Amino acid sequence: MEWDFLLVQALSGLASASSLFVMASGLTIVFGVTRIVNFAHGSFYMLGAYVAVTIVPWLLEFDRSPWLFFAGVLASALAVGALGVVMEVMLLRRIYRVPELFQLLATFGVVLIVQDLVLLAWGPVDIPGPRAPGLRHGVYIFDQRFPAYELFLIFVGPAVLALLWLLMRHTRFGVLIRAATQDREMVGALGVNQAMLFTGTLFLGAALAGLGGALQIPRISANPQMDLSVITDAFVVTVIGGMGSVPGAFLAALLIGQLQAFGVLVFPKITLVLVFLLMAAVLVVKPWGLLGKPETAAGRTVLPEGILDPRPLDLAGKVLAALALAAVLALPLLDAYAVKVGTEVLVLALAAFSLNFLVGNGGIVSFGHAAYFGLGAYGAGLLVTKAGLPMEPALVAAPVAGGAFAALFGFFVVRLSGIYLAMLTLAFAQIAYAVVFQWVEVTGGDNGLVGVWPSRWAASREVYHYLTAAVTVAAIILLRRVIHAPFGATLRAARDSAPRADAIGVDVRRHRWLGFTLAGAAAGLAGGLYAFSKGSIDPTLLGIPLSVDFLSMILLGGIQSVLGAVAGATVFHAVKDFFMPLTDHWRLFLGLSIIAMVLVFPRGLAGAWTELQRFYARVHRLFTALRKWAERQP
Amino acid sequence: MADPVLQVAGLRAGYGLAEVLFGVELHLSRGEVAALMGRNGAGKSTTLKAIMGLLPPRGGSVRFAGEEIAGWAPFRIARRGLGYVPEDRRVFTELTVAENLEVGRRPAPPGHPAWTPERLFEVFPNLAEMRHRRAAAMSGGEQQMLTIARTLMGNPEAVLLDEPSEGLAPVIVELMAEAVLRMKQEGIAVLVSEQNLDFAAAVADRALILEKGTVRWQGSIAALEADEDVRRAYLTV
Repeated sequence: MEWDFLLVQALSGLASASSLFVMASGLTIVFGVTRIVNFAHGSFYMLGAYVAVTIVPWLLEFDRSPWLFFAGVLASALAVGALGVVMEVMLLRRIYRVPELFQLLATFGVVLIVQDLVLLAWGPVDIPGPRAPGLRHGVYIFDQRFPAYELFLIFVGPAVLALLWLLMRHTRFGVLIRAATQDREMVGALGVNQAMLFTGTLFLGAALAGLGGALQIPRISANPQMDLSVITDAFVVTVIGGMGSVPGAFLAALLIGQLQAFGVLVFPKITLVLVFLLMAAVLVVKPWGLLGKPETAAGRTVLPEGILDPRPLDLAGKVLAALALAAVLALPLLDAYAVKVGTEVLVLALAAFSLNFLVGNGGIVSFGHAAYFGLGAYGAGLLVTKAGLPMEPALVAAPVAGGAFAALFGFFVVRLSGIYLAMLTLAFAQIAYAVVFQWVEVTGGDNGLVGVWPSRWAASREVYHYLTAAVTVAAIILLRRVIHAPFGATLRAARDSAPRADAIGVDVRRHRWLGFTLAGAAAGLAGGLYAFSKGSIDPTLLGIPLSVDFLSMILLGGIQSVLGAVAGATVFHAVKDFFMPLTDHWRLFLGLSIIAMVLVFPRGLAGAWTELQRFYARVHRLFTALRKWAERQP
Repeated sequence: MADPVLQVAGLRAGYGLAEVLFGVELHLSRGEVAALMGRNGAGKSTTLKAIMGLLPPRGGSVRFAGEEIAGWAPFRIARRGLGYVPEDRRVFTELTVAENLEVGRRPAPPGHPAWTPERLFEVFPNLAEMRHRRAAAMSGGEQQMLTIARTLMGNPEAVLLDEPSEGLAPVIVELMAEAVLRMKQEGIAVLVSEQNLDFAAAVADRALILEKGTVRWQGSIAALEADEDVRRAYLTV
């Protein structure tokens, strides 16, 4: 290997580090001030690219000058900043006080909405951008040709860092942002209008995301998948750098840029594994990231109230459970379609139940639970298609695969708590997704693998339905037993107060780790069953959207309730199955529903009942007052 | 009681299911220093937080300078001219002294001289030498002075001062007392929550005693010092 080649690799690493930093700095600033992890940050990035590929060519019609190119890029960034303001005023402002899980879900709702709006506005086809006038040539570094635009990008990152530094140190706005990052309430008590400060912060954050996206247009075409791929990178950068730390983000971006530039030489296909190793190493040594500070959890709730006091089923519960079971058994009397949907519901119910085992019982908000579902599916599917094994051992392998990866990822995950933990589960899930997506020879990449069929005896839809029913119901009963057992109570104790559980001799980390592994194994089993019901596997089984579906199911069913997840999965899947064929804009619909759920019932659906009672009481008081007033009139 | 700057009536507040204040009644005259006294858990800090809007009042009225401010956001209350100095020294530790003061800066009402860092450094000479030091690198007493100075940067008409002497060395406590008297000199009304009778006697004109979320006794400091029974009933541990 030549030195000049290595130099060029290092330079291209610096260029991608710059791009990463510009985008991630906005996320970390917004998090620092508002304490909201903005999922829609990737959407702002995507919008920056789309706006730029629209207005920059138009500007270049007038004159092909570099200045107009950059004016267009800046205008795109500002336009996206304005969209950030819209999001703050319309949504974030209303959810600063709701539990973090809801905040994440609400911003994910925005992601879904923006995806459909982008498709509506720009269509599904990738849109290539113009190249920057004046920077189209290559520069020769020794004997290697290096694109001038990449060289330019190398300087953008440090320039943005310097500008941010000036802004933070030498303007009132910057001083207020830094103060608010530390103690929002105190800033308010000193007469600072937080709403204005937050709006300004969102403008800055979104504009930085937009700038990041707009700067990419000479390198990559604007496409509708940019948002989720870039948000993972941004999460990884902020987790490694320390959330809320701009210099930390810069450092992390540099590390990741170099790692990827040189990692390509070692593991050409799966550079993400290296990023995973880096993240794992950093988190073991510094759980709050390179330059992050331990989260002061004062007054912050991650979750609405979880499972409190699991009790044996009462008579009504027993009757309901028996009815549900009878319905499952009777489904094959209906048509084949009902059997298909019924099988899916069973599988999803097990996956959702295992997630609520973590969330409701353990207080561990996993935002990437689909990873274990998908890894279980791939574990089973690969054994059948690649190793030629029959269904039975493959179904044993599914929970082993899900559990093994949950144990591996969980080892790091349980070191964190709250929103950091949620982001880490998400980052791990996305890494698993990316590996499955990229490793085409083994996993079939985007297309996945077909031919994952059950054994002959279970080949008919009805028999497979009964098999699924037997396995999922047994697994749910087993997990429910665990919730009722001392182990489940210990997890609840650790959820309610880790230090106090610690003080009475509970090894909190180990219990959480075991719980995480168990939930991963159950999700893996569900994934394996799902694979055989479909006959195929593909990367969407590990994707963020499915993880969010699982979360929606347990919120719908109520995370306070042990068996609510089962009901939630049933309702969610039935509704989705019914509505999805009716509309081309399913994501828009789902996104709006999620946001509506968070805005209307910030205490969770279970809180809706209390809200309703409160509303009734208010109406009642109003009427009483009116009547008294009327009686007093002559 | 001529023209109180702050008038609280029937104030109720609490955390979650726990009610803490059951109808607090108090007033603060212009330019007066009043001590809000009582044992731990009597509701002193909660009263100040509820007045400031940091804890939304569940009932009752808070009138400040002739306006009903109950239910307002804290920042509006602060802008109206009511300053708040928190207990446990909530300085912005990552910011320098000068930056901490900048966060508190608000324009002065017309006709009043504005507090500037220079004027504050006169009152708190210790701070002058550490303008560019990060607050994290300051002692507890210095941080406490900084919180007071930071609130004064907002040019308040009245200040709610929460437990300024708590956990500080006697020398520093004396400096705090001087600072309160200086505020009084400047015409700022101060409602100071305090457990320490000596401190209260040094700064305040009047005392109010809270117990179980209501005001049980009020009168002059001299009367409180004279009345052993009241002290034994509400203050001594």
